Amino acid sequence: MSTAVFDVIVIGAGSVGMPAAMYLAEMGMKVLVLDQFSSPGQGSNKAAIGGIRATHSSPAKIKLCLDSLRTFSGWKDEHGFDIEWARGGYAFVAYRPEEERLLKNLLVVQKAAGLNIDWKDRAELLDISPGLRTEGLLGGTFSPEDGSASPMRSCLGFHRRALELGVECRFNERVTSIMRRKGKVVGVRTDKGGYATGCVVNAAGAWARAVAQAGGLDAPVVPDCHEAGITEAVAPFLDPMVVDIRPAPGSANFYFYQHKPGQVVFCITPNPPIVGSDRRETSAYLPMIARRMVDLMPKLSNLKVRRTWRGLYPMTPDGAPLVGRSQNLEGYIDAIGMCGQGYMLGPGVGALVARLATDRLQEGDAGILEELSPSRAFGGVEALK
Amino acid sequence: MSDYRIKAHPILPIPPEPAVAFTWQGRTLSARAGETIASALFANGVRTFGHHHKDGAPMGIYCANGQCAQCSVIADGLPVKSCMVPVKEGMAVKSLDGKPALPDLGEEDLRFRDIETLNVECLILGGGPAGLSAAVELGKAGVGVVLVDDKADLGGKLVLQTHKFFGSIDACHAGTRGMDIGHKLEKEVRKFENVRIWTGSNALAVFSDRKVGILREGHYVLVQPQVLLVATGAREKSLVFKGNTLPGVYGAGAFQTLVNRDMVKPSDRLFVIGGGNVGLIAAYHALQAGIEVVGLCEALPECGGYKVHKDKLVRMGVPIHTSHTVVSANGHGEVESVTVAKLDASWKVVPGSEQTFKCDTVLVAVGLEPVNEFYLKAKEFGLPVYAAGDAEEIAEASAAMFTGKIKGLEICKFLGRDAGDVPMEWHRTAEVLKSRPGATITEEIPEDEKGVFPVFHCSQEIPCNPCTSICPQGSIMIEGNDILGVPTFNEKDCIACEQCVAVCPGLAITLLDYRRGGNGVLVSIPYEFPESTIKIGDSVTVLDTLGRVLGNVPVVRVRSPKFADHAVLVKVRAPHDIAKQIAGIRVQQPWVSEPMADRVERLADDEIVCRCERVTAGEIRALVRQGVRDMNELKAATRSGMGSCGGKTCPSLIRRIFREEGVKDAEITELTQRPVFMEVPLGAFAGVVTGEGPVQDAVASHAVSAFQGGL
Repeated sequence: MSTAVFDVIVIGAGSVGMPAAMYLAEMGMKVLVLDQFSSPGQGSNKAAIGGIRATHSSPAKIKLCLDSLRTFSGWKDEHGFDIEWARGGYAFVAYRPEEERLLKNLLVVQKAAGLNIDWKDRAELLDISPGLRTEGLLGGTFSPEDGSASPMRSCLGFHRRALELGVECRFNERVTSIMRRKGKVVGVRTDKGGYATGCVVNAAGAWARAVAQAGGLDAPVVPDCHEAGITEAVAPFLDPMVVDIRPAPGSANFYFYQHKPGQVVFCITPNPPIVGSDRRETSAYLPMIARRMVDLMPKLSNLKVRRTWRGLYPMTPDGAPLVGRSQNLEGYIDAIGMCGQGYMLGPGVGALVARLATDRLQEGDAGILEELSPSRAFGGVEALK
Repeated sequence: MSDYRIKAHPILPIPPEPAVAFTWQGRTLSARAGETIASALFANGVRTFGHHHKDGAPMGIYCANGQCAQCSVIADGLPVKSCMVPVKEGMAVKSLDGKPALPDLGEEDLRFRDIETLNVECLILGGGPAGLSAAVELGKAGVGVVLVDDKADLGGKLVLQTHKFFGSIDACHAGTRGMDIGHKLEKEVRKFENVRIWTGSNALAVFSDRKVGILREGHYVLVQPQVLLVATGAREKSLVFKGNTLPGVYGAGAFQTLVNRDMVKPSDRLFVIGGGNVGLIAAYHALQAGIEVVGLCEALPECGGYKVHKDKLVRMGVPIHTSHTVVSANGHGEVESVTVAKLDASWKVVPGSEQTFKCDTVLVAVGLEPVNEFYLKAKEFGLPVYAAGDAEEIAEASAAMFTGKIKGLEICKFLGRDAGDVPMEWHRTAEVLKSRPGATITEEIPEDEKGVFPVFHCSQEIPCNPCTSICPQGSIMIEGNDILGVPTFNEKDCIACEQCVAVCPGLAITLLDYRRGGNGVLVSIPYEFPESTIKIGDSVTVLDTLGRVLGNVPVVRVRSPKFADHAVLVKVRAPHDIAKQIAGIRVQQPWVSEPMADRVERLADDEIVCRCERVTAGEIRALVRQGVRDMNELKAATRSGMGSCGGKTCPSLIRRIFREEGVKDAEITELTQRPVFMEVPLGAFAGVVTGEGPVQDAVASHAVSAFQGGL
């Protein structure tokens, strides 16, 4: 029996793997995508709430997300498939001097990176996001070019495009080992068969560590759990993603926005973090997030919750992604550890990985790869995270 | 506007005249006190409640059970499910056209209470026949119980069952009307102080920390039980056909709610799809409410429901179209007619066999499926859980009562109470009550032509025996004492008391009196229509079991004794040659059920699979043909299952499309189920308090108005 041969095998058909496969195919590669789940985006992609912003503080993430924003915002026009992109911006609100100071400090870095973001006073912010609690509102930052789209539909869009370009996708198939010979990748074995390749991209998100281990490697990626929910659809009333970074008992921050079909999607960051990959729903979440949301925007009190779920953030020791070639195994590329931002980073990282795998790096790529190098030192206090 | 309220009913009392004023689209209408918005609108002739935001399709009642959101309207500025919210004096109700606007809310005086967790030994979800029967056993054993039900009144679907029940008198009150059984059970349960009853309360989710989220009269509370009993009953299956979401197409359960609970006459002319007991009974209830039943179609060559139910309908004048399916519900904006067609042996429509019937309502009664999401989640999360009644297995309410009893005792044992073991014969009885209808037997017509004796037009093995228990002479027997058998009369002296005629749930017993010699035979026939519709001297058309006309005969006596429990016993004088064949009196004239001269072909592409998001069968089928096998991918691509019903309606329809496309069950990935199982406002989860202070367990106040929207 002959073994199918591929230029590249991407492991993970999610937020990162699907666009990576698409871009690899655009560059003429013969690509196979393997995923343990039954269709695209069934890992953490479908758990993402859909926010897309370039307003980070790390130069690498800013560049990658600017690239992603171009992909998401132009997708419908280019491919005729609606991924529900909306340019609503991000509004980080400040009700205490601590948050005002923090946000204003970040602003310096963000503006230096050329991002369109500014401080808005109380009145301006209420104009951007009517309905916010007025009492105590100091103001906040607003970045009008950020936005949102449907993670599930985006992943489907990338999948469809990848199929058009000849990518082969195999679902319900789990990688059991990455085969190596003389320090080089030679193939991938799964619970259903084996495939020959000289290049493997690990885009397995929360399951990245197991995939690395299947190649005799390791990856410092540990998932923790975040919980999210979605409401009924109502007429448009809220443009931006509203982010409140105040800590509260049980949570670090929370955020919500109204997506294009009219539903409000919301998410909270538990504090202390809930480490692990248990995606089962708990009773603590809804009361916690509901109270914070209604307190911040009282009119949400009447908005009906339709569904809640848990998603996994594949965390790294320093909170930044791991993207790049392995120093220990030739032909192995990491595109992992997105720390909950895999959806917004996906197209940017996917395109970068495609350039890396095909040795077509562009100006600026080297800097990104250096910052996100999987073999970087995770120093200091952050390493404890 | 017309008045669509039931003014006369053979069984149910007529409630007081409407006295609550509200407005619909600015016009003042009136509602009965406590009536839901949906029923009040139907009673005033309104059945289009809004238009869908996606394609402007008209929307109306579908489940009438708070499960979907098809009936949503804007009440005093907030979107609500009209089937669940009672009309209030002065309420301004508007149609929901497109997406509702979220009203502003002041931030002053906004306070929160903590969501409390209540520990209890046993939590019962559902106060229907199974839940109540279990609660009685648990109550006796002193177990601390909280019983949750989403309706204002206990009894579940029993309260809609105006007919007399099958089964055995000992085991499950056979021969008594379902609604009265509900009241009996409620009375029994309410005796126990250790059983706390939360009506108007919805179970929302079972969480992995083994707590159950309950919305108790608008207040969110977590309950942590040692053991959970899921007795949540069933939901109606849906069906895909053209025009299947037109206002006027809805479930038989929704219909019974409107008619038998709210005493609304939602239709003038009705067509029923599905010949199971639910469809057959709904058709009978329609006749009793003064609604014309144009016909009933069943895809199988025989009805799946009890033959006595079917026979009862046929001899009242309702045609049953077996081996027929619905092709389309037709109309502009609302149902105006239905087109049905014959099916061949391979389930394909026989070309040219289409017939169109004029009707305003099409009831979908194509089966039930268990409401088992809480059971499955509890199992997954390791919370000890039992299921009883339809939530465990779809069967008759009589069986639900019995499995409820059994599960109640089993839970006592689980909790270490000394309530005794479940008697072996209980299991046997439960199995018997769950029996599907058995063999059809040729009716045995006695040869005797003297004296007085009953004739049993009962020709199918079903679990039922009230006639044997009721006979004061002990003359009616079932061979081998098995309640599944058919009764026989053992020719002891009949005293002509007519109690067997009155008690038979199938209205399948007549009493023949030959003592008048050549002057004809007196035949007593049960009749469950208003007494005012029949009187001595009337000439009535009598029919045999199969609905064949035997002739016209005079009525010689009409009486409604107490033991008949609202049924009327009609005595006719019939010639000798037809007396024994008489099984019923026709109540509906043949022209009611004649097809229209021309058949209607509905051209619109509106075979809807996901009614919340308006996804068509064509869209789903195309994706299945492209190779999609994961319902979650279908959802991502089309939004099917993403809507307000929480993906409870369309998965079975999508599974059916998979089957039609030759996809094996093993290839299909099911839709991932996540909480919450009913939409509830954020304010409830937030513990919003307005007005008075924190609400505790003991308080059942309606003080919270800030999030009244969602209930």
